[in-house]
Amino acid sequence: MVRFENVIKRFGDNEVCRELSFTVAPGEFVTLIGPSGSGKTTILRLLMTLERVTSGLIEVGGEPLSHMPRGKGLVPADEKHLRKVRKRIGMVFQQFNLFPNMDVLRNVTEAPVHVLGESRDAAEAHAMALLEMVGLADRAREHPTRLSGGQQQRVAIARALAMRPDVLLLDEVTSALDPELVAGVLALLRKIASTTDITFLCVTHEMGFAREVSDRVMMFDAGRVVEEGTPDVLFTDPGHERTRAFLHAVLDRR
Amino acid sequence: MPENLDFILRTVLQGLPYTAGAAAGGIALTAVLSFAAGLALLSRSRTVRVVSRVYVEGFRGTSEVVQLFWIYFALPVLVGLQLVPLFAGILVLGLNHGAYGAEIVRGAVRSVPRAQYEGAVALNLGPAQRMRRVILPQAVVEMLPPFNNLFIQLLKNTSLLFLIQVPEIFRQGEILRPQYGGQLGLIYLVLAVLYLALALLITFATGRLERVAARRLGRKAPGRAGVPATGGGL
Repeated sequence: MVRFENVIKRFGDNEVCRELSFTVAPGEFVTLIGPSGSGKTTILRLLMTLERVTSGLIEVGGEPLSHMPRGKGLVPADEKHLRKVRKRIGMVFQQFNLFPNMDVLRNVTEAPVHVLGESRDAAEAHAMALLEMVGLADRAREHPTRLSGGQQQRVAIARALAMRPDVLLLDEVTSALDPELVAGVLALLRKIASTTDITFLCVTHEMGFAREVSDRVMMFDAGRVVEEGTPDVLFTDPGHERTRAFLHAVLDRR
Repeated sequence: MPENLDFILRTVLQGLPYTAGAAAGGIALTAVLSFAAGLALLSRSRTVRVVSRVYVEGFRGTSEVVQLFWIYFALPVLVGLQLVPLFAGILVLGLNHGAYGAEIVRGAVRSVPRAQYEGAVALNLGPAQRMRRVILPQAVVEMLPPFNNLFIQLLKNTSLLFLIQVPEIFRQGEILRPQYGGQLGLIYLVLAVLYLALALLITFATGRLERVAARRLGRKAPGRAGVPATGGGL
């Protein structure tokens, strides 16, 4: 579903992705772990087309994301191509990024109506079903700013799902939440992961959650994949010293 | 003395429709030009940005009086187009203040957090949809206080239209001067009070708009930080 091929991303002199190559299968739940600055979030942002690759190729569903075919070769994608490939991808952000100028329901229906062309009735019915699932149907007409962080994040998840993405990117979605609100959001994600065939790429520091839901965990350091494997292997018997040190540091903190 | 006041008031008030009309027309044109030029300053096209930049610098950087004379006296000579004084005045007021307003719009749009843009991209909204549905409604709240300033300045600058014989209140005051030279203090006091009243009207109106716009964003009162969420906060 997702394929990175020799992807390099530089910000000035800082190389955040160093010739990254990996693939993610349809329906797979992949968690990216590693110290901050190791390039995890950049991978999600590249997939969401919020950043452009310096070189290399990213494919989603067999289609080049950062580039588009022209003639024999590939050229950097224009806005039209980006909008086509973005259809498959959704993202949930650390800071929720809800729109404060719309109520909760409108946040969820805005893109289905104006991007997918759904009727307002259909979009609202779908949105209400999603809000029901995230436990916030009764808050549909409220302003996002009146909700707690955990509730806002659940709305953001419903909003992303309303676009029926094939790939959902989760960027440290519980990092901005008060500790007592984290569990609710993680339980929701667990439910979605187990009941849909959406492909997940998840950046998180919640190692318990990662271990439980992931099909595969990739350990990043300095823009490279240091090690990858099933969560059982990676968390209990990491093969790489860097992984071991990182896991120690993260788990000791608790 | 009371008869004098009565006559002075009546004469000056005859100019009020012109002052109010010039201000209202100028404000309307300013608003339109501010948005058009402000958004053009943010365009991805270099040509569009340059055209808008030339407009902004051109009208902001030259004297309003010169612009007024140019449009009222020079334009007829150059292209044979004679404008009614009031319309020439509205045109200059709008063009001039629109140049300032463009920077207000540009600044407010850029002050909307990048996270909002990214949230809109993640939902696959196109560039125009992102601007219209997500960014601008949030930016407008930030624009209103500086626009309030700009509109008040525009109101006071309607007095420049006396130079092209628009019978607005300042010119009405000038008409009185030869006859009532002993009461200049009174005449200018009446004028000052009228400008102040109109300025307060503008402040009241933009204040209302600001409260409505802030409420739409779920904020309680303008000028304060957002309402803290019960949990994580923003």
